[in-house]
Amino acid sequence: MGNPVVVDFEANVAKALVNQQLRKNLKSAMGALSQRRKAVFSNQEEFEQLRSIGSAIRKRSLSKLPELLERLEKKCTENGIQVHWAETTAEANQIVLDIIKRHEASLVVKGKSMVSEEMHLNHFLEDNGIEALETDLGEYIIQLDHETPSHIIVPAIHKNKDQVAHLFHDKIPDTPYTEVIEELNAIARKTLRKKFFAGEIGVSGVNFAVAETGTLCLVENEGNGRMCTTVPPVHIAVMGLEKVVENLRDVPPLLRLLPGSATGQIITTYFNMITSPRKAGEKDGPKEVHLVILDNGRSKMLADPELRETLQCIRCGACLNHCPVYTRLGGHAYGYVYPGPIGSILTPQMEGLDKAGVMASASSLCGACEEVCPVKIPITKILRILRDESYAAGDSPHAVKGHGYKKNLAETLAWKGWAVMNTVPLLNALSMKMLGMLGSNLPNVGPLKQWTSVRTAPKFAKKSLHTLAKERGLRNE
Amino acid sequence: MSSRPDTVYYFGTCLIDLAYPEAGLAGIELLQREGVEVIFPQGQSCCGQPAYNSGFPAEAKAVARQQIKAFPKDYPIIVPSGSCAGMLKHHYPKMFADDPDLDAARRFSSRVFELTEFLVRVLKIKLEDRGKPIKVTWHSSCHATREMGIIEDSKSLIRQLKNVELIELQNERECCGFGGTFSIKQPAISGAMVKDKVDDIRQTGAALLLSGDCGCLMNISGAMAYQAIPIPARHIAEFILERVNG
Repeated sequence: MGNPVVVDFEANVAKALVNQQLRKNLKSAMGALSQRRKAVFSNQEEFEQLRSIGSAIRKRSLSKLPELLERLEKKCTENGIQVHWAETTAEANQIVLDIIKRHEASLVVKGKSMVSEEMHLNHFLEDNGIEALETDLGEYIIQLDHETPSHIIVPAIHKNKDQVAHLFHDKIPDTPYTEVIEELNAIARKTLRKKFFAGEIGVSGVNFAVAETGTLCLVENEGNGRMCTTVPPVHIAVMGLEKVVENLRDVPPLLRLLPGSATGQIITTYFNMITSPRKAGEKDGPKEVHLVILDNGRSKMLADPELRETLQCIRCGACLNHCPVYTRLGGHAYGYVYPGPIGSILTPQMEGLDKAGVMASASSLCGACEEVCPVKIPITKILRILRDESYAAGDSPHAVKGHGYKKNLAETLAWKGWAVMNTVPLLNALSMKMLGMLGSNLPNVGPLKQWTSVRTAPKFAKKSLHTLAKERGLRNE
Repeated sequence: MSSRPDTVYYFGTCLIDLAYPEAGLAGIELLQREGVEVIFPQGQSCCGQPAYNSGFPAEAKAVARQQIKAFPKDYPIIVPSGSCAGMLKHHYPKMFADDPDLDAARRFSSRVFELTEFLVRVLKIKLEDRGKPIKVTWHSSCHATREMGIIEDSKSLIRQLKNVELIELQNERECCGFGGTFSIKQPAISGAMVKDKVDDIRQTGAALLLSGDCGCLMNISGAMAYQAIPIPARHIAEFILERVNG
C-alpha cells in the first residue's frame, strides 16, 4: 500500500513555516532531546568507539542478511513463533488481517511500530471493520486527533501540553479539562488499561531480532509494549527485514546506542525479549506469537553496496532531532511516514524518486545528522546519490525506482555550460569579466528570484581575484 | 607538515573570485606577511561542489580534473573557505575512486589546507592587534566544522586579537541555510534558517559578523541587508589583516 495521499511538498513547507506554535513546540522538544543525548554521550571518544562498534554490528548483519534471516526463521519456528514473509505492505496487511480473522477478533491493541505505519495498518484494519488502538501515549494522542506520527520516536512531539489537554477533554468521554501532566497521564492510563484487557490481538514492532536465539527485542518506556505482547492471547510482531542481528552479544552495544541517541536515556524503562509463546504450564503470555517480516524495497537497497547503508538504521531519530530542516518543518510536511534525514534517504528508495525525490533536495548537506548517527550512516553521501539518480538516465549506476524523473534539457544544459566555463580558463576569465560588469544589476529572474525572496542580491566584483592576482604580479604556474 | 614551506599555492574559490576578491587578497597578504611566496595558478576556477551536490557528478568531475591539472607541483594548497577545502580534501578522492587519475587526486587532496588552519597549525602565526576595541561574533560554516574540523583554529586567531571581544552565537553549530544550490532549490526552508541565524547574531549585540566561508557570508549578509540590520559581515582574513595593519 503506497502513501494514501499525493504529497505537495512545497505547500506543506509553506504551511509548516508559518505555524509559529509548531516551530515553538519543535524547538523546545528537539532542544531538550539533543541536550539529553549530549549528556549521555558526553565523552566524545567513548561515543566514537561505541558507534564504531554499533556500525560494525549493523554492517556485519547486512553483509549476511539472507543467511541470518533464514536462521532467524528456523530458530523462531523451533521456539513456536510463526514466521510470515511479506514482499509488499499490502501482503503484510493481508497476513495480519488473516490472523485477526482466524481468531474472529475485532479489537487490536498496538504498541508503537514504524513498520505498521509504513503499512498504514490502522487504516487498513479500520477499512476491514477492525479497531486498532494505539497504546503508546504519543501514538494514542495523535490517533485521537486523526493524525500520523510527526517523529519516528516521539510521534506527538509537534503538540504541547495545552494542546493535549484540550484534545483529551474534547475526545475522551467524561474527561474534565486539566493541564496537569500527571493527571493527563492518569486519564490515558485509565482509558488504555481497560482496552488492554479487552484486546484480542496485540501488535508490536521489533527493535532487534536475534538470529542466534530467535529472540525479538522490544525497547519501550511505558510498559504498554509489554502489555500488548503479553496480555492478549495472540501477539503479532511486524518488522522490516533489516532488523536482524546475528548474536545475542550484538544487542548490548545497540541497546546502549538506541535510547542514548533517541531520548538521552542510559536504558529504557522496559526492555522485552520475546522468544516464544506461552509454554505448557506457564500462567501468562500469548498463546500464539507471529512474526511478519516485511521487505517493501529493502532487498533492493541491500543489493546496492552504497545504498545498503540506509538499512543500518536503528530508528533512534537522532538525525531528526539535530536536523535544521526537520526542526523547522516537523514530520508532517514531508508527507510520508519517515521524515527528516533518515526519511529523506529511505522514502525515495521505497516509494520511488518520481514520488518522493523532492525529499532528497530538502537538505543543506550540513552533516549535523551524520555527526550524531549512532551507526554512522553516510546520510549526505546517500542524499547525493539520490540527487544524481533524480537526473540520471536509464543506465544509472544505482537504478533507484523512479530515477531520471527530474531530467530536463534546460538544467542539463546549464550545468554543461557551467562545466565548460570552469574547465576552460579563458572562458572562465571572460565570464567573470562579464558578470563583474553586471555588478549588482542582475536580472531578477530564475535562481536569483528565489534568492532575493529573503535576501538582497549579491554584488559581483568589477575585478576578479584572478585579475587582481595577475595585477599584483603573483606567480602563475 | 613538519617544516615551514616557503612557497604555497592559493585556491581562491569561485565565489571569492566573483564577489569577494578583497577577502581572497587578504588571505594572500596574510601568507605573504609570514614570508611565504604565494602562487596563484590562473587555470583554477571552482572546486566543483555546486554540481557535485546538485545531481551532476560528471560535470563536477570535469571541473575537478581541471583543478588537479592547475595545481601540479608539490606545494601546499591554501583555501580561504572551509567548504571548498572540504570538497578538495575529502571528496576528490571519492570522485576519482574508479579513475586513472585517482593517485593524482589523492596527492592533490593531501596538500589542501584551509587558510586559518594553515596560518595556525603550520605557520604558527602571531598576531598583534592594532585596531580599536570591538565586539564581534563568529559563524562556523558546516563544512569547516564537520569536514575540516578547523573551527578552533579560526577562533583562536580572533582570540589572539587583544582588542577584539568574541561573543559566541547560541546556535553556533547550526547551518545558516546556505547549502549552495539548496538556497535556490528550497528557498522557503533556507529562508527560515537564515532568518533564525540573523536573530541569533542580533542577540549577541556584536558590531560585526565574521566567518571563514563566503557562501555563508553572502547568505547571512544578504538576509541582514534585506531586513535593514546594520551589522556588517566580513571574511576572517580581511578582518585580521585590517587589525594587524592598524
